[in-house]
Amino acid sequence: MAAAGRHILDVRGLHKSFGTLAVLKGIDFRLRERELAFVIGPSGSGKSTFLRCCNRLEEPTSGSIHVDGTDILAPGVDINAVRRRIGMVFQSFNLYPHMTALGNVTLALRLASRKSKAEALEIGRAALARVGLAHKAQAHPGELSGGQQQRVAIARALALEPKIVLFDEPTSALDPELVGSVLQVMRDLRETGMTMLVVSHELQFARAAADRVVFMEDGVIVEQGPPEQVFGAPQQARTRAFVARIDGHR
Amino acid sequence: MSDVTALFFNAEIMAKTAGFLLDGLWMTVLLCLVVIPVGALGGLVVAVLAALKRRWLNIALVIYVDVFRALPPLVLLVFVYNVPPFAGYKISELEAVVIAFLLNTSSYYGEIFRAGIESVGRGQWEAARSTGLGWWQTMGWVVLPQAVRNVLPDLVSNTLEVAKLTSIASVIALHELMFAARSAQQATFNYSPLILATVIYFVLLWPVVRLLSRLEHRKIAAR
Ligand SMILES: Nc1ncnc2c1ncn2[C@@H]1O[C@H](COP(=O)(O)OP(=O)(O)OP(=O)(O)O)[C@@H](O)[C@H]1O
Ligand SMILES: [Mg+2]
Repeated sequence: MAAAGRHILDVRGLHKSFGTLAVLKGIDFRLRERELAFVIGPSGSGKSTFLRCCNRLEEPTSGSIHVDGTDILAPGVDINAVRRRIGMVFQSFNLYPHMTALGNVTLALRLASRKSKAEALEIGRAALARVGLAHKAQAHPGELSGGQQQRVAIARALALEPKIVLFDEPTSALDPELVGSVLQVMRDLRETGMTMLVVSHELQFARAAADRVVFMEDGVIVEQGPPEQVFGAPQQARTRAFVARIDGHR
Repeated sequence: MSDVTALFFNAEIMAKTAGFLLDGLWMTVLLCLVVIPVGALGGLVVAVLAALKRRWLNIALVIYVDVFRALPPLVLLVFVYNVPPFAGYKISELEAVVIAFLLNTSSYYGEIFRAGIESVGRGQWEAARSTGLGWWQTMGWVVLPQAVRNVLPDLVSNTLEVAKLTSIASVIALHELMFAARSAQQATFNYSPLILATVIYFVLLWPVVRLLSRLEHRKIAAR
């Protein structure tokens, strides 16, 4: 279903080292508009680091990254403006505990996008409605379930109308019965044509919703392709071993 | 009337010196109202600058905090009051107290705010920065509100100490409560004014002590 479109994310020769530890060893990756790619791989393979380089939460050691045509590593680039176009959803939600759900969603609209208060509230309420939490606008994170918190976090990212949303294991911290509600929101988001890059081990969801599955190991992309191929008929021995292992775990 | 009562709990002398002590009380209150916000604000600046993690700035801040935490406040006050005249500047008592207290208390408040800022997890920074907030915006809207809440008991506790510490201003003859009490004691050859001052201090600060106690219990309960 990967509609032909321009590349929203274009990563070339991405390397990232922490001191002497080389974590990303040359990642080449492109994501088209409206595409949903799933990144899988063993722990420590560099999946989070890859995602975090895409909005420069980590500073790449070398390589190039373009987001929606903007070279985000260019000297003098307005990184805060760039980040508004790239949503990010974290495993641990990272909601601001001292603010209401609506406060969480509107903060960046006020401070970063410089919207008026009325406008921010309107956009914020609409974003909460999109994740089915309009009625929790005044609740603080501590009063919400994990699934609800993660949906607020997704609303916080969506409110800024990003070009792409990065998800780093969005359901890993959730009790099993709460996972479904978050995946449903992601499915809805996909329907609206959002470009998404998702690190996750929700393989059923990947099979059903992903355009592409990317298998990473040891800082490189070992194999990528449609879910049927990567899960059903992996080309590489390393992919086969990994897929067999995680399939066995379910 | 027993000797002890006459010397320590002499109602007549208390009544006679009460007005004088009240003048001192106002000065103590005024001192608190100036010295506490100035010290806390100074501490906030120190802590936020430290969070910038600039190498040379951090070295300077560590020296600043260490020096003024190591110096006894009384020594600092006497120094600040007595040295400027040699440089040709006649410093007023109030100025000397405010400066000495700024130097002393801002380093304590600074350490408390710093602990608070560090208690806010990296995830909060990353979430805020990933939505396009700048460093200062993240500090002001996301980190500091949580930081202050996390160290509120320590802030109140330090504030209590600062309020008590204002009594050292008496050594440079600033007419605050302690100075008034000592003067009245010497003029009347009677300790009753000191007893009265003690009672006034207690009445003034006991509510703060209660508040602190409640905050500490709430913090333990929240664990
Ligand atoms: N800030 C950092 N400093 C030093 N090393 C780091 C840092 N962040 C990550 N690493 C290291 O980089 C490697 C890759 O980490 P990363 O978090 O990207 O892996 P991952 O694929 O997301 O793993 P997981 O599935 O466990 O989340 C690991 O060895 C990790 O210890
Ligand atoms: Mg990870």
